[in-house]
Amino acid sequence: MSNRVINLLVPVISIILGLIVGAIVMIFSGYDPVTAYIALWNGIFGDAYAIGETIRQISPYILAGLAVAFAFRAGLFNIGVEGQLIVGWFAAAYVGSAFDLPKIIHLPFALIAAALAGALWGLVPGILKAALRVHEVIVTIMMNYIALHVVNALIKTVSGSYKTEKIHETASLRSEFLSNITDYSTLHYGILVALAMVGVMWFLLDKTKTGYELKSVGFNEHASQYAGMNVNRNIVLSMVISGAFAGLAGSMEALGTFGYLANLGGFTGIGFDGIAVALLGANTPLGVIFGASLFGSLKYGAGNMPNEAGVPTEIVSIIIALIIFFVASGYIIRVILNRVNKKKGAK
Amino acid sequence: MGFLDILYFIVPITISYAAPLIFTAIGGVFSERSGVVNIGLEGLMVMGAFIGILFNLTFAGTFGAWTPWLALLAAMIVSAIFSIMHAVASITFRADQVVSGVAINMLGIAVALFTVKLIFGKGQTDFIQRSIPRFNVPFLEDIPFIGPMFFKGIYGSSILAVLVALLAWFVIYKMPFGLRLRSVGEHPLAADTMGINVTKIRYIAVIISGGLAGIGGAIYSQTMTNDFGHATINGQGFMALAAMIFGKWHPIGAMGAALFFGFAQALAISAPSIEFLKNVPTVYLHILPYVLTILALAGFIGRATAPKASGQPYIKGQR
Repeated sequence: MSNRVINLLVPVISIILGLIVGAIVMIFSGYDPVTAYIALWNGIFGDAYAIGETIRQISPYILAGLAVAFAFRAGLFNIGVEGQLIVGWFAAAYVGSAFDLPKIIHLPFALIAAALAGALWGLVPGILKAALRVHEVIVTIMMNYIALHVVNALIKTVSGSYKTEKIHETASLRSEFLSNITDYSTLHYGILVALAMVGVMWFLLDKTKTGYELKSVGFNEHASQYAGMNVNRNIVLSMVISGAFAGLAGSMEALGTFGYLANLGGFTGIGFDGIAVALLGANTPLGVIFGASLFGSLKYGAGNMPNEAGVPTEIVSIIIALIIFFVASGYIIRVILNRVNKKKGAK
Repeated sequence: MGFLDILYFIVPITISYAAPLIFTAIGGVFSERSGVVNIGLEGLMVMGAFIGILFNLTFAGTFGAWTPWLALLAAMIVSAIFSIMHAVASITFRADQVVSGVAINMLGIAVALFTVKLIFGKGQTDFIQRSIPRFNVPFLEDIPFIGPMFFKGIYGSSILAVLVALLAWFVIYKMPFGLRLRSVGEHPLAADTMGINVTKIRYIAVIISGGLAGIGGAIYSQTMTNDFGHATINGQGFMALAAMIFGKWHPIGAMGAALFFGFAQALAISAPSIEFLKNVPTVYLHILPYVLTILALAGFIGRATAPKASGQPYIKGQR
């Protein structure tokens, strides 16, 4: 087996292991895993409505995954996607409801506002890392909680109630066409925005000088410095772009799915699942689509499990956590694969 | 309310909020001092909170007044076992420790809620009847000023937290195990050369952190909420992580930081009933611990530096 095959096999084996352990957990809890997985399947692909909702769920997952993956490529771990997503959600909901503009200006304006808010939230850990070498993991975790509390306070200040006003039709991503062909699901144009951003990330990383520098800094900071690149500038830039992706993920919820932002009791979880998406997708743009499709589908399909099979939805969160765990422990899977390989070679 | 009344009101709440943070933050100190980053404190705390409530509900009839204390023990054991997963992934399997910690957090809340739904058939547990009791410390409660603040109506678990902080300081700074622990976290190669079993020390440290976080979670659920649901812990584990950093990876420092963060939380919930805080938006008090942690890391409040080898797997024979 070549390295390439092994790189592909690690996530596949991890997914299978995750599903198997999930089945074992269900057997021990007295549930029937076969009915449960059939219910999961029906929840994802059962009818046109389910497919539409699944694709709707995948859009923010793609963007959250891109955010984590982009920072990873520059050698940074952005756990703050969750917070950047929340501020993006608020910014889009605010711009969407507070202004009266024609659609051609209003919608891009709301999207850009979300991206800028996320970028601003990414800027802080970026600057702290670049200027003072403060580890970005802790700062972004703290920024998540700051985002949660600040946004909740802002909702109250801006609207006077527990949620923002509904966005105007001119800022909405909702689409009658997409909704009609999927049996009146809430599928919206956000998926196109998400896929466009996949293209942007690919172009940025693989076709521009900036992308080359970002990747180079991710591989070896000192060598990049020696080669004359501005390492600090690249660190800040990668956090800002990563934050912008995350902010856009928030705009999916604001302009497409919900149309408003209600007081948040806790995190949405999309940002943390973005880590799983990026990890499974090996931090590549195409891989992110694959990872987001898998986790977005699992997450949406899980909603069908309590009704059809009587299994709590949390089983899917358990499976997702296990998949992350197995992908992260890829080292041991590689070792085992190599051993199997050698034995075959000896024969 | 006079100033003294406010103090008498706020200080006990502060200590109640701080106790779970102290336990969990000191757990974090053990793990990170050995060189293993433990973002999974939140998940371990969730597990402890859940097991504490479950044990309490199940055995309240059997053990009577001892129930909440035995529940702490049960939570410690289960969370310690749960943390072995993080240890295996990050020490033996050389996984990214942050990623493994994230997985522990997701797994902790998912497993707990899954089991709650399995047993209770709804999103949260019933309320426990025997929470951790408050009591007055004899003699000390009669000291003027200090007595009513610290020794009246205090939870036994809060006193335990202070004792554990002192014990942790003694273990880490005055015992051979502590010296080994710190050396493994600073320079594992040198420690290995001196015959210290790096893997073993790291495993022990992570398991200790799991046990302490479990106790922390069980204290929180048995003093603050008295039931378990999806929002029971809601970030206390991350706040403990912040306390550990703000306390500069030192047990006593972590205790001080935990007390301060407990104070911030106490202020945030009681601000509406205090005259001069009525007009301060509570959001400032809510974000205070997190902002302070960032400032501490940035070096504005005394530089906080992590153990040198923290976050890196130790691979024998690699320079």
